[in-house]
Amino acid sequence: MALLEVKNLGISFGGLRAVNNFNIQIQEGELYGLIGPNGAGKTTLFNLLTGVYKPGEGSIFLDGKNITSYKTIDVNKAGIARTFQNIRLFKQLSVLDNVKVGLHNQYHYSTLEGIFRLPRYFQIEKQMNEKAMELLKVFNLDGYSHYKASNLPYGQQRKLEIARALATNPKLLLLDEPAAGMNPNETAELMETIQFVQKEFHMTILLIEHDMKLVAGICEKLTVLNFGEVLISGKTSDVLNDPKVITAYLGE
Amino acid sequence: MDELAYATEKEGMMKKLRINKIIRNYTTYAVILAVYVIVNWMIQRGSISSLFQGLLIPLCIYAVLAASLNLTVGILGELSLGHAGFMCVGAFSGAFFTQVTQQIFTNGYLRFFLAILFGVFFAGVAGLLIGIPVLRLRGDYLAIVTLAFGEIIKNLVNVLYIGKDSRGLHISLKSSIDLGLEADGKVIINGAMGITGTPKDSTFFISILLLFVTVLVIQNFIHSRAGRAVMAIRDNRIAAESIGLNITKYKLLAFSISAAFAGAAGVLYAHNLATLTATGKNFGYNMSIMILVFVVLGGIGNIQGSMIAAIILTLLPELLRNVSPFVSENRMLFYALVLIFMMLFGQSPKAIQFRKKYFTLSTYLKEKPKKEV
Ligand SMILES: Nc1ncnc2c1ncn2[C@@H]1O[C@H](COP(=O)(O)OP(=O)(O)OP(=O)(O)O)[C@@H](O)[C@H]1O
Ligand SMILES: [Mg+2]
Repeated sequence: MALLEVKNLGISFGGLRAVNNFNIQIQEGELYGLIGPNGAGKTTLFNLLTGVYKPGEGSIFLDGKNITSYKTIDVNKAGIARTFQNIRLFKQLSVLDNVKVGLHNQYHYSTLEGIFRLPRYFQIEKQMNEKAMELLKVFNLDGYSHYKASNLPYGQQRKLEIARALATNPKLLLLDEPAAGMNPNETAELMETIQFVQKEFHMTILLIEHDMKLVAGICEKLTVLNFGEVLISGKTSDVLNDPKVITAYLGE
Repeated sequence: MDELAYATEKEGMMKKLRINKIIRNYTTYAVILAVYVIVNWMIQRGSISSLFQGLLIPLCIYAVLAASLNLTVGILGELSLGHAGFMCVGAFSGAFFTQVTQQIFTNGYLRFFLAILFGVFFAGVAGLLIGIPVLRLRGDYLAIVTLAFGEIIKNLVNVLYIGKDSRGLHISLKSSIDLGLEADGKVIINGAMGITGTPKDSTFFISILLLFVTVLVIQNFIHSRAGRAVMAIRDNRIAAESIGLNITKYKLLAFSISAAFAGAAGVLYAHNLATLTATGKNFGYNMSIMILVFVVLGGIGNIQGSMIAAIILTLLPELLRNVSPFVSENRMLFYALVLIFMMLFGQSPKAIQFRKKYFTLSTYLKEKPKKEV
């Protein structure tokens, strides 16, 4: 059974058909690429998957469970975490705290235990600190743990968003153009990190990317979206050699 | 630099940061204690005028109000203009409790402690009930509706009549006669005439203690799991939802705690007066806005700063009175000038840097920077 299965998903904004009859199957442990030109509906699809938008039609199954009508919070609890194309960090919080908020639903102590600093507060906070530092280390951010998130350089902010998403212990990670705005060196390093996360955390990842070459390097499978519809999906090498893709996406 | 050296360096840095944080947090408590000890000593020596002695409890009340509103404005990030309304709920429920239980509890301290809990509870519940509809709104709308609720509370209290006789408690929204009390009955809350004859249980000691507890609870809340969630929601609601935070729950939690402490301040206020009435001056929007001024000038999200602003701005008119006849006559002008000065320079990056440099304890404890090897 596929970890994520989407059937006939669609949504319209007024007269605009942003996503139409979208289908996808992602197996556990896969690193899956979603590509398509500007305005193709990639981000809209993420918003549909995470309950930000209610789909007009179609259904979404995660691990066999129908999560189509879930609210954003419940989608995360069910096991989907995401990053955003336009970075959405908790700007005033420290880098460490950004990740610790991500751990919120896995480490529990009551508000009163927190206010009165009972032993469980110290015990759980220590565990959270250790876990958060461990995650930051994966992204080479452990040296910046006390920085305010908004003071991080742009590339690091993108990484921090991934770390925060991973902190929620998801089954499926959705990354919306994680390399946007990075220089080639940073991008290469990030792609390595993403592959590392896939292997090390046995993570299933759906990756939106603009740059075809980039995804081709690391994704096993691809789906190409064009004007809200799937142009083609399949093994990366097959997709890239398809004449339809070459005309629609690469142009001419 | 090799790996190990890097790791130790980092460890050292983290440790230093942790120590700085601890010092910063404990400084506040130390300062509050020190103020109490010094002021008490000065009172004993008779070097504080009775005018200033009379200001001690109000100063604590304003500081508690400022700190608690900062939880809503700075930490939750919502502009509330109805804080005085919660203070009003606390004041009346606390004074009511004292009146009703005066015969039951002979120990004044115990009774006052319970009265504070009673006021805190009702103000917290009021915060919860008002928060449920209000926190769905954003920005300006939220501000306007909290302002309206604050006024509603004040006006409701003005038509509230509660009496007590041998048959129990009676409530009316019309008049004290409608209570239908027996001959032995007593009107406790008498509409616009409020509550009279509440014992003056508020002391400087209890006020300082309450201030201490307020800072402790709010600071610890901010640095706990729940407080982090609240600040995350403030910084980015959509991202907070995407990592599974229950937005409504944490907004309501912060708002209710904020209201509850306003209630505690209200209980102190009520037990510092012979007659408690709800007027525009003490529980109206004027008061709400004044508390907001403390928060804004002291620094949004800066709990200590807002308390300091509350104290400075409450003392200022009295201090100006004593300077020179010219200043004294125009003291509201000078008050306004100080407000403007604080607004312009209080939170500017340069001013913050300056304060960090000269007014933080940790800078004096810092080791000299090591020479580059
Ligand atoms: N909330 C909305 N209301 C109206 N139209 C929307 C909304 N969200 C997206 N759209 C439209 O849907 C289409 C798809 O947008 P989307 O952001 O999903 O594209 P994308 O593939 O992510 O593009 P890009 O590569 O630029 O990020 C666009 O035409 C966009 O204007
Ligand atoms: Mg997009």
